[in-house]
Amino acid sequence: MKYIDEFRDPARARALLDRIRQIARREWTIMEICGGQTHSIMRNGIDQLLPPNVRLVHGPGCPVCVTPLETIERALAIAAMPNVILTSFGDMLRVPGSQKDLFMARSEGADVRIVFSPLEALQIARDNPDKEVVFLAVGFETTAPANAMAVRQAAREGLPNFSELVSQVMVPPAMRAILSSPGNRVQGFLAAGHVCAIMGYEEYEPVAAEFGVPVVPAGFEPVDLLDGILKVVEMLEEGRSGVVNAYGRVVSREGNPEARRVMQEVFEVADRPWRGIGVIPASGLVLRREYDIFDAEKRFDVSHIAPQESPLCKSGEVLQGHLKPSDCPAFGRECTPQTPLGATMVSSEGACAAYYRYHRKPL
Amino acid sequence: MQLSCPAPILRHETVQMAHGAGGRLSQELTARVFMPRLRNAFLEQLDDQARFEAEPGRIAFTTDTYVVSPIFFPGGNIGDLAVNGTVNDLAVGGAVPCYLSAGFVLEEGLPLADLERIVESMAEAARKAGVLIVCGDTKVVQKGQCDRIFINTSGVGFIPPGRDVSCRNLRPGDAVILSGAIGDHGMAILTTREGLSFQSRIQSDSAALNSLIADLLHAAPNVHAMRDPTRGGVAATLNELASSSSVGIELDEAVIPVREEVRGASELLGIDPLTVANEGKVLIVVPAAEAAEALAAMQAHEHGKEAAIIGKVVKEHPGMVVMRTPFGSGRIVEMPLGEQLPRIC
Repeated sequence: MKYIDEFRDPARARALLDRIRQIARREWTIMEICGGQTHSIMRNGIDQLLPPNVRLVHGPGCPVCVTPLETIERALAIAAMPNVILTSFGDMLRVPGSQKDLFMARSEGADVRIVFSPLEALQIARDNPDKEVVFLAVGFETTAPANAMAVRQAAREGLPNFSELVSQVMVPPAMRAILSSPGNRVQGFLAAGHVCAIMGYEEYEPVAAEFGVPVVPAGFEPVDLLDGILKVVEMLEEGRSGVVNAYGRVVSREGNPEARRVMQEVFEVADRPWRGIGVIPASGLVLRREYDIFDAEKRFDVSHIAPQESPLCKSGEVLQGHLKPSDCPAFGRECTPQTPLGATMVSSEGACAAYYRYHRKPL
Repeated sequence: MQLSCPAPILRHETVQMAHGAGGRLSQELTARVFMPRLRNAFLEQLDDQARFEAEPGRIAFTTDTYVVSPIFFPGGNIGDLAVNGTVNDLAVGGAVPCYLSAGFVLEEGLPLADLERIVESMAEAARKAGVLIVCGDTKVVQKGQCDRIFINTSGVGFIPPGRDVSCRNLRPGDAVILSGAIGDHGMAILTTREGLSFQSRIQSDSAALNSLIADLLHAAPNVHAMRDPTRGGVAATLNELASSSSVGIELDEAVIPVREEVRGASELLGIDPLTVANEGKVLIVVPAAEAAEALAAMQAHEHGKEAAIIGKVVKEHPGMVVMRTPFGSGRIVEMPLGEQLPRIC
C-alpha cells in the first residue's frame, strides 16, 4: 500500500533504531502527544526496541480521554430527552459517565447513532426535520474544522434542528500545562502529526523557545515515529531546542489555512476542563456568540450538570506523563476495557487501553 | 352484466401475513418459492420432520441464525451465508455435513422476488456444498417486527469413527495454518453499509469449506483443531483456541495474508483486519510433522490457494495470543471486546 508500506519497512526501522542507540548517551524522557501515536508505538512494540535510556511517556492527545465527565453526563441527559437523535463518533459511546454510558442509554431507548463525520449528523438532521439532532463535537484541532464546518453549513441552510455539544481542546496549552507542572519529567515532544497538518508547526515555536525543549511533529507509522524520536534525541544530546519537522509529507509550517479559517469563524478560545487534569486556561474552543443557537448546551439547558470523578481513576496523571498505565493500582484489576473507570481505558487512542490491549503482561 | 364476487388475491408480489398462517398462501409460498428450488426426496414428503439413516460414528449437530444487513452484499447474500455458515460449523468439527434445516422469519412486505433470489442462492450453495435442505419453516411478522428476513439453519453431519478434532487438542509445537486472506466478509459488509467506495469492491468470501477440509484431512489426518474465524475474526478464534487448550499461540505478522483493498479499508476505518469476520476461511492447527502436507493440500484447493502457516503453538503464556512484528517486537493479540459492527452475519 503506497504511503504506508514504505513507512513500515523493517530495514528502515532498524537503521533508525541503530542510529538512536548510537547517539543516545544520557537518559531522556520524550512524550508523544497523540493517542494515535501511543497506539502505534504499543502495537508495533517500538517502546521495546528503544534503548533503555530513551523512555517514552504518553501524552494527553486522546480526545475521548480528556473529554470531561460533565460533557458525557450532559450528552446522556440530552440523549434521554424525547425527540432527540444524539450522534457521535463510536468511541464516545463506551466512555463511562458516573452511572452509565451512551450504549446503555441506547439500550434504554435513546436514539444514539454512530457517525463517521459531523456532516453525516447534518444529513440526519436534514432527513429528520421533526427531530432534534445533536452532534457530540469532541476532539483536538483535527476534528475542529469539520465540526465548525457542520455548524457553518447548518447556519447557511437555516437548519433549525441541528446543534453541537462542543468539547473541543487544543494541544499547545496542554503542553504548557505539562511543562509547567511541578512533577514534570518530559524533556522533548513528538507533536501530533494530524493536529499539525491543520495548525502547522509555527504555534509550537514559542512553546519550544519558552521551555527550551525540542518539539518534533511526527507521523504514525513505525518509521515516522522512529524518525521523530531520532530527531528529538539528536536535539536533546546537542542541547538544542526548537521545532524540527519529521512529517514533511503532511505537515507544513502554516498548516491548512482554509481549515484554520473556518475554525476561527465558528469557534473562539475559552478555558476548558480536561478529564482527570482539570481546567486548563485558554485550552478549548466554544461556539462564537453568532452561532449560539447551535450550542446544544444552551438549547437543552444542561450546563448545570457537573458530576464528580471516580477517585480510583488516575487517568489525569497518566495523561500528563506522571504515571505509566501499568503502574496505576487499578490497572487490569478494577479497571479493564470491559469495566473502565476512566476514558483512557476506553478509547482506541487511550494510553491505558493501549497498554491493556498490547502489553498487559510481559511478553 | 355479469356479477362476480371480489375473489381474494392469491398472486402476491410481496410477503403477506397470510403467507405464514399455514393456509392457502402458505402452501402457495412453498409451491412457488421453496419447493422448485430446494426440491429433494425428504422435502417432498411434506411431513413435519425429515427422517434419514444415521451413518456410523458420531453425529455433529449445529445451529446458527442469520440476520445480516444488508441482505444482499458484494459476493453473496443472506441465503448462501446461511447455508455456508452452518456447513462450515459442521465441517470444522471434522464432520461430513449432510442435512440442513431452514427456518425463515419474514417481514411483511418483503418482495417475493427478493425471497426467491435468496432461496435460489441457498439451493445453489447447498448444491455446491453437497448438502440437502431437508426441512423448514416460515413465519411472517408484521412490518417493523424484523428487518426483511432472518434465517435460521441447523445442520447435521457425521464424524467418521476415530476422528477427533477439537479446540482442546492444541499442543506446543503445532503449526497454525490460515486458509487465505482475512477480513473480506466483514469489510464487504462494512464498506457497503457505510457507502464507502473503493477502487475495487471488496467481495465477501462466503463459501462452504467442507470440500477443502475433506482434502486437508485426507492429506493430514491428525489435524488437532479447526475453526472458521467468523465474528471476532482470527483474533477471537485464536484466543478461544489458546484458552481452551491452555497453550500460547505465536503469530508472525509479516505472513498473515490480507488483501490490499481490505488493508486499505481497515487503515481508513481504524479497524484491525485480525478482528474482522470471515465466512469462507478456516484456521487449522496441525502437528508440525504434518504441516507441509496440510499446507500443500489446502493450496491445491480453490478455497485455499493463499493458505499460509501464520504461527505456532507454544507452551509459554497459556491462553494468550502474541504477535511477532516485522520489527522484532511483540504484542498481545487481544480478544476483541465487542462487535465492531452488529448484524454482520
